[in-house]
Amino acid sequence: MSPPPWLSLDGISISFGGVKAVTNVSFHVHRGEILSVIGPNGAGKSSLINVINGIYRAQTGRVTFDGRAIDRITPHEAAHLGIGRTFQNLALFKGMSVVENVLTGRNLKMRSSFLAHALRALSARQEEARQREKAHQMIEFLGLQRYRETPVRQLAYGLQKRVELARALAAEPRLLLLDEPMAGMNTAEKHEMSRVIVEANRKLGTTIVLIEHDMGVVMDISDRVVVLDYGKKIADGEPLEVRDSPAVVAAYLGLAPEGFASAGVVPGGQLQ
Amino acid sequence: MTTSLHAFHAGPAQRIATGWLPPIATWPKAQLALLLAAFTVVPFIANDYWFSAILVPLLVFSLAGLGLNILTGYTGQLSVGSAAFMSIGAFGAYNFALRLPDLPLPVSIAAGALIAAGFGVLVGLPSLRIKGFYLIVSTLAAQFFVTWVFVKFGWFSNNNASGVITAPRLVVAGFDFGSPVGRYVFTLAVVTVLTVLALHMIRSHTGRSWMAVRDMDTAAAVIGFPIARVKLLAFAISSFYLGVAGALWAIAYVGTVEPHGFDLARSFQILFIVIIGGLGSVLGCFLGAAFIVLFPVFLSTLSGHLTGFIDPGNLGNVEKIVFGSLIIWFLIKEPEGLAKLAHNATRRLLAWPLRPPS
Amino acid sequence: MSFFVEVLIGGLLAGVMYSMVAIGFVLIYKASGVFNFAQGSMVLFAALTYVSLVERGFAWWQSFAVTLAAMIVLALVIGRVALRPLVNRPPIVLFMATLGLSFILEGAAQWLWGAQVHQLDLGIDDKPFEVAGIFISEFDIFAAAIACLLVAVLSLVFNKTRIGLKLRAVADDALAAQAVGVNIETVWAVVWTAAGTVALVAGMLWGARTGVQFSLSLIVLKALPVLIIGGFSSIPGAIVGGLIVGASEKLAEIYIGPLIGSGIENWFPYMLALVFLFYRPFGLFGERTVQRV
Repeated sequence: MSPPPWLSLDGISISFGGVKAVTNVSFHVHRGEILSVIGPNGAGKSSLINVINGIYRAQTGRVTFDGRAIDRITPHEAAHLGIGRTFQNLALFKGMSVVENVLTGRNLKMRSSFLAHALRALSARQEEARQREKAHQMIEFLGLQRYRETPVRQLAYGLQKRVELARALAAEPRLLLLDEPMAGMNTAEKHEMSRVIVEANRKLGTTIVLIEHDMGVVMDISDRVVVLDYGKKIADGEPLEVRDSPAVVAAYLGLAPEGFASAGVVPGGQLQ
Repeated sequence: MTTSLHAFHAGPAQRIATGWLPPIATWPKAQLALLLAAFTVVPFIANDYWFSAILVPLLVFSLAGLGLNILTGYTGQLSVGSAAFMSIGAFGAYNFALRLPDLPLPVSIAAGALIAAGFGVLVGLPSLRIKGFYLIVSTLAAQFFVTWVFVKFGWFSNNNASGVITAPRLVVAGFDFGSPVGRYVFTLAVVTVLTVLALHMIRSHTGRSWMAVRDMDTAAAVIGFPIARVKLLAFAISSFYLGVAGALWAIAYVGTVEPHGFDLARSFQILFIVIIGGLGSVLGCFLGAAFIVLFPVFLSTLSGHLTGFIDPGNLGNVEKIVFGSLIIWFLIKEPEGLAKLAHNATRRLLAWPLRPPS
Repeated sequence: MSFFVEVLIGGLLAGVMYSMVAIGFVLIYKASGVFNFAQGSMVLFAALTYVSLVERGFAWWQSFAVTLAAMIVLALVIGRVALRPLVNRPPIVLFMATLGLSFILEGAAQWLWGAQVHQLDLGIDDKPFEVAGIFISEFDIFAAAIACLLVAVLSLVFNKTRIGLKLRAVADDALAAQAVGVNIETVWAVVWTAAGTVALVAGMLWGARTGVQFSLSLIVLKALPVLIIGGFSSIPGAIVGGLIVGASEKLAEIYIGPLIGSGIENWFPYMLALVFLFYRPFGLFGERTVQRV
């Protein structure tokens, strides 16, 4: 008895110029679950995410979120609907510190006008203090307290990734799209990030769509997995079924064997 | 850390004590002392020349630089039309003071600046479609168009035959601020108030929204910032500040209102202030303005000593060469301008004889 | 009717002059992605140097050669001192650097050669001659012919020579070009020299038309609408853009001017460019860039 789909993509096709990035992909996400989208590089995963949050417009297909059709929305509208995301290539505000970046994530909660800010009206001060408190809590949750006032451009890549996640979570999104949030991290950092993502999912109820390359992480934390290859969907289901599917294994042959070995698979689909 | 998440998620909206003034411990002592001295000591020790030729223009240029910085330094929208907004502020104040003589002068100035702000929004509209460098067409068009309007339509100059009109007298609430000291004090007061308001805005969410648009507007949109409103607000506030600066330029500094004092060269001067002083720094505006005002003075005193080497007629050209070289030097070596240099120097000074912590 | 045609043709030919300055911009933009604000000052500097040498008694071809050499040296110095240190910075920084450069050049030019207006005589008069009932200036035809020659030479260089190939590579992807061994500084030196040559030719023509004076450097500003309309990276675009700007400016002045006031040509091209930006942000011939996130 599964809950009705909360986010649906139906027949999505995306092309750039003459290049077809995604062809006729459909899948659903249920509320409160963690869904991973995996596939070799260039399979169209980021493009798919960009369609969900309004940065790209699909050539064909429908996207439905919480009952609404969102094929034509702008990223701004997506934010107001409670859709948040992180970017593969980092989209931090390089001119600001960690806490300032996280505070921008609280944007939707900020109500004061510029005049109130200029005059330091009581309501504005209260709001700033409250939101700062929230930002500090989120920073602590991500383990970044040491770097609160540091300009983000001075931070190591792994820390920057964490700041971006903190900023995205600070907005308290209903649906969070994560585009390779752990790229370039070592095992310990990945462990931490996985923990953070799972906790955000359990405690805040945030539904998560995650693009990820590390099979171990995917098997570990996902409720369901969708696999893309050359812009087409080749598998969709629970992690273990997907891992054993011959189409998936075939697509991944040629990829580094560690990817699969860590999840305990040998080509041929046998469990180790 | 889970407790943090708990607190984040469930935390009640508790009242957090905040005062109108931040705790005295966080006030920058040196700058406060300077401000105090500026109000209480300087009026008594400086002479008329200093007031009229150095301090007042320094303050006016700083305000103009602040206006441009809000748009270019904090919001990342390049503008080469600053002088156009200054001229609207100047002509606006003049016309309000002329045609509604019962209006207090500060109100006339504010009214002129509001018109400048409105025009700023108009000029800013293209920035919603056009990005980056192409935007300078809009401000360039504004610069030429506004100059043309004030030259062509005599109504703005009260149909004065010579085209050059006398600025309104600096009388506020019955007090005559027309003397050099008076002009200085009035300008200082206005600039201080506006600077404080600007600092408040910059450090608040308004400032963060500007910087977000500057740093990466796609990400800003994804977070839910209304990009259009943020940009137009920056244009409006920037133009307001430039309008006040223009009015002060006419009323407190040169004493006349003429369109040619607000030409493209002036716009570039303001841009230089902001580049050399440091984009995205309020202190930088003052340092850049100080440089623009003091360097020619320094140069002409120097040429007095070096007669034969630099012919006085060439001073303008030497200035140009030095300004141009400095811009390139700053861009290469210290893109954050004089403000960063000053910051580094203070750190080294405070840590001396040790090296400052990195 | 013939008055209209006269104004139109006059405008088109004036536009040819704008095009020539714009071509200098396009060259540099193609090779380094930067809008060279100093192009106008280069025109002024070249014109002033040339005319001052002529005034001191040198023959025109001697003055031309010396000025050309000076422009080459200038190109090399600019590349070394200003461009190389800023090579990886965003285009806006490079633009501001060229702003600084323009100031240096203006100051230097006027320091060296003085600020008064110089007369430049190229031996071609502004005599009007008649074609089918319309008066066209001899000089304008001459300028148009030079412009065509310039474009022909540049197209040949771009498309048929080794250096042209390298230039196109750098314009496409500077990093990739370097990766395959293209020496980017050589390319820049060539491009800036070419731009300097174009500046010299343009300077001589403009100077002959209006006298060599400071306002020559303000032509750069008129080049901006030309580039926006024609596209920043296209030489044919610069020609077409220049023609459009020249013609529309004159027509607006003559026909709209009496309605709202004279001097419209000061701002009309920019408004036109603004309108263009809304509908064709890359200009008529510019390249569309696709942004991938």
